[in-house]
This record gives sequence, structure tokens and C-alpha cells, in this order.
Amino acid sequence: MENLVQNIINALQWGSFYALIALGYTLVYGVLTLINFAHGDVFMVGAYIAFFSATFLLTTLGLPGWIALALCIPLTMILTAMVGVTLERIAYRPLRNKGAHRLYVVITALMCGLILEHANLAIFGASRKAFPPLIAEHVYTIGGVTFTNLKIAVIATAFLAFMFLHWMVTKTRVGMAMRAISYDKFAVPLLGIPLDQIIVVTFILGSGFAGLAGLLFAMSYPVLEPYMGALIGWKAFIAAVVGGIGDIRGAFLGGFLLGTVEIMVVAFFPSTYRDLIAFTVLLVILTWKPTGLFGIAKTTKI
Amino acid sequence: MLRRYSVHLSLATVGGLIIYLAHQEYLSLYIMSVLMFMGVNIILSTSLNLVNGYMGEFSCGHAGFMCVGAYVSSLLGVWLFANDKVFGAPLLNPKYTLYAFPLLILVGGIAAAFAGLLVAIPSYKTRGDYLAIITLASNYIIISVIENIGAIGGSRGFMGMKQLISAMEKRVDLPWMPIWVFLFTVFCIWLMRRYISSTFGKGVTAICQDEVAAEIMSVNTNKIKTITFMVSSGMAGIAGGLFAYILGYVNPGSFNILKSTEVLVMVYLGGMASLSGSVLSAILFTILLELLRPLQIIKWIVIPLLLIILMQFRPEGIMGNRELGDIFPKLKKFYRFK
Repeated sequence: MENLVQNIINALQWGSFYALIALGYTLVYGVLTLINFAHGDVFMVGAYIAFFSATFLLTTLGLPGWIALALCIPLTMILTAMVGVTLERIAYRPLRNKGAHRLYVVITALMCGLILEHANLAIFGASRKAFPPLIAEHVYTIGGVTFTNLKIAVIATAFLAFMFLHWMVTKTRVGMAMRAISYDKFAVPLLGIPLDQIIVVTFILGSGFAGLAGLLFAMSYPVLEPYMGALIGWKAFIAAVVGGIGDIRGAFLGGFLLGTVEIMVVAFFPSTYRDLIAFTVLLVILTWKPTGLFGIAKTTKI
Repeated sequence: MLRRYSVHLSLATVGGLIIYLAHQEYLSLYIMSVLMFMGVNIILSTSLNLVNGYMGEFSCGHAGFMCVGAYVSSLLGVWLFANDKVFGAPLLNPKYTLYAFPLLILVGGIAAAFAGLLVAIPSYKTRGDYLAIITLASNYIIISVIENIGAIGGSRGFMGMKQLISAMEKRVDLPWMPIWVFLFTVFCIWLMRRYISSTFGKGVTAICQDEVAAEIMSVNTNKIKTITFMVSSGMAGIAGGLFAYILGYVNPGSFNILKSTEVLVMVYLGGMASLSGSVLSAILFTILLELLRPLQIIKWIVIPLLLIILMQFRPEGIMGNRELGDIFPKLKKFYRFK
């Protein structure tokens, strides 16, 4: 029983990262129907930005840990959001304006991801970076279940991010414009909604939360390497699709589902079976519900 | 007369020349291996073009099927014809290797075709980006399965295929690997061309245009999808088998998502639904990879950058969806390719 509760807490933490990244995928997909394959690498860049800003704030300025953390969070989010927006401006928007086929934009996104990965490798080298501890880690034990303040913070952040984005998409004017664009991309500019600005806002939100996920990931597993974003990004994308891509709730739930499956597999089987069983479960879910858990089957007109 | 046989003649000349040069050792081993990988890449890009270009689905797990082909053909070959730690002494006399080799590669292809069912069956109901995920997941699943079978080496990989090649060369002294790669490449392109231009193949293009409309026009979409996925993954399996024998060593890590991405890039570089575009882009991409090899890490910054620039100025790829004969109509006078 204690073992189970412990695993559930671990699964919630692991799922939080997937959920935070999957939210970015789903936001961009919902607005642009673009699979932003560079998103996993934006997450990696976010972790690196967090690393550099944390070392700068801690060692160069010599700030105490909690002030450094408080400054580090907005700094990382803003800088990562800038990376995301730059990608959109340089690579995706010109293609979109030319009316290129959707899949060519996807290939461009893949290429952007490769560039981010290998530019990082070329500039900072292949050696792994150790993330400096920002806050002291407290270990709490309640009835045999141990958890740290960091774990609670990660899970809480994921829930807060979800609630914020859900509120943003369903209740605000910007969110309404986003939903309108996903509904009909051609009629929306005619109604006076600035298409490009809304898309930029989407990228800011998605990349910003990827940066936050990067910071939290670097704090929880304090080893950074350039390829860390690739696998986790692909998996988060799968999570977003299983939840029903384009839907905030779906991405959130899909992330936690994938995290739970992976942690449970590791708990009861040899850890090499993790990918095998996790992906088989996802394959079964997609065969059973072809548009994901929250996805709505679109009727096609002929 | 010339028009009718010009393709056969030029292929025979090119193939004969390469094999003669290889036999006389005018070409270094390095150039030969680049040429052979070119052949493998041509098979991969044309076969993925069948699904992504002609059928209009987005498959991004092609390397998984390649992995199945590579493993099946090399395990079978080593089991039958080679001395190995795992399988012990060869079952058959190694002098028959030469005759059995194409069969080994084909069996690998057939096994990969059946692995293609993993994607084909969900594709009845699932479409678009959801299908893309299924292909991605199947790539992960295949690699993960092989990594977990300890008997064939798991993630350490599997080797012993060089023995078969030396057995073939002992029997008849010719550079057999380039010959087989060349023959299989020509066979795959021919098969693709026949498949696409057949009446059955028109159904594939119909699915790309509009699946529902195709079904109403009495196209059996499920059957066509199944067969197309199987043909495509089977050819990937053939490419995988050849790849394994060229290297003499396989490990599941070399068939990961990066390999699939490479194949995707070749297809979109060449242009969707263009056979000659795929062939051309596979050749160019292989040469580009080799030319940029001295740059090491920076290679993987330069290549994506070049592709992004290409996408900005020519988003439809090198050939668009046209064939060589459409771009240079005068060429049609000189050849006929069916």
C-alpha cells in the first residue's frame, strides 16, 4: 500500500513534466494544426537557460537561493519564450505565408529541433552540466511514504499551469481568438482578429511553459545534456495525441497517463520494458479511440 | 528500338562499370561503401514516398521496419550459414550462401511487411496525425522488443554477417555486396513504378486526394492501405537487410527516430509523390552527408539549415510531384520506363 502511494507520487511528478511539455504541443497544434517537433528541444534549451541564469544569479551575483529561484523562474520563462517566438518568426511564418503544405512546416520544425540540439552540442560541448541546487531539499515522511518539497512543487506547478491555460483558453478574449483560429483560419482575419499576434501569443505560452518544465526538470534531475529534450519531447507529443491533440485537458491527462504507465512498469517489471509497455498501451488506446481521449472526430465534407 | 531498351542498357552499363571498378579495386572501400549506402537510401526514400507521398499519410517510423528486416535476414543468414556463438555450427554448407542470399534479404523484407501490419490495421480507423503517432510508437516498440531479447545481443547488437560475404566471395570471386545492392535497388524502383502505375496503384493516389470520396467510388480503401503499408515496410525491410550485411553488424540503436527523420528528409527533399525526385534526393543527401563529414558536429547544424533554406525557397522539394520526364519533356524521346 505504501509502495503504491509512493509510486503514485513519483508518477505524478514524472507525469507533470510530460504534461507541461504536452500543453505546449497541444496549444500550437490547436491553433495552427502544426506538430511543432522542435518543442522537445525548446524544453532542453529552457533547461540550459535555467542552468546559466541560476549559476549567474548564485555565483556571480551571490544571491541567496530563494531569491535566485524567484528571479530564475521568470527569466527562464521569458528567454525560452523568446526562443520559441524566434523559431516561429524565422522558420514557420514565412512558410505559412507562402501557403506551403502543412507537412513541410513539420519537416522544418524537425530541422529546427536538430539545429537547437547540435548547436548546443557544438557550443557547450558534450560534457554534462550539473545544475546548482537552488533551494535546500527537505524530505518529509508520512506513514512510510517519502516525498520532497521539490516533488510537491513540481506537481503543484503542473496543476497551476493547467488551470491557468484552461482559464486562458476558455475565458479570455485571447483564448477565444485562439479557438476561433483553430475553427476557421480564413474567416478569422476578416473579423479583425490579428492572426499573427495570436499565433505569437500561443508560441509564447507554449515555449514559456516548456522553459518552466526545463527549470523544474533541471532542479529534480540535476544533470543536463543536449539530447535530453529529444526523447522526452517525442514522448510528450505522444501523450498529447493520446489525450486528443488540440485539447488542453487531453494534454494534461495524457501526460499524467504516460507518466503513470512508465512509473508503474518500472515498479513491477525490469526497467528496460518501460518503453515497450508504455507505447503498447498507447497503441491500444489509439486503436480503441482513434482521436484520443478528448479528441472530437471531425466529419469530413465531400 | 533505342528508346525501348535505353533504360536497360544504361542501367547495365552503370552497374557493370561499378562492379568492374570494384572488382579491379580502382574504387576504394570507402567509395564503395558510400555507393552501397546510396543504394540503401534510394530504397528507403522511394518506399517511404509510397506512404507519405503517394498515399498522403504521415509515417515517421520507417526505421522500425528497416530494423525488422535487418534483424530477420541477418539472424537467418547467420543461423543457416555461419559459425556463431549463439547458433553454433552452420546448418547448411556455406557454399550455398551465394544462391540463398537474395532469399535471405527477401525473407527479411517479408517479415518487415508483416510488421507493417502493426501500422496498417490501426490505419483503417485512424488518420492523419494520430496515425503519425502510431508509426512513431511502432518504431519505439520494435526497437524496444529487440533490445529486450537478450539471446540475440539485446542493445549490444548482433554480428557475424561478414562470414556470409566472405563465403560468397570464396565461391565466385566477385564483389558480391555491391552487386546485390545494385540489383535490389533496381528491383525496388521497378516494383514501385509498376505498383504506382497499375490500376490498383491509382487507388493509392485516390486515397491521397480524398479518402471518403475514393471509398464511394468503389475503391476498397482498407485493402489498398494494408497492401501499400506492407509493400512500403517490406521494401524498408529489404533496405535494412542490405544495410546489415554491408555493415556486418546491427544494433537496435541505429534504427532510432533519427534514422526515420533522415528518411523523411530525403522524401521531402525530393518532393512528395515523385519517384525520380526520391532517387535524386537520396543520392544527393548521401553525397552531402559524406562531404560534410569533416565538419563533425557542425554537420548536423549545416544540413538542417540547408534544408530549412531549401524549404523557404522551394517548399515543394527538388522535383515537386513531377517526374524527370515531366520536367525535361525532350528526355521522353530517349527512354521509356515502366
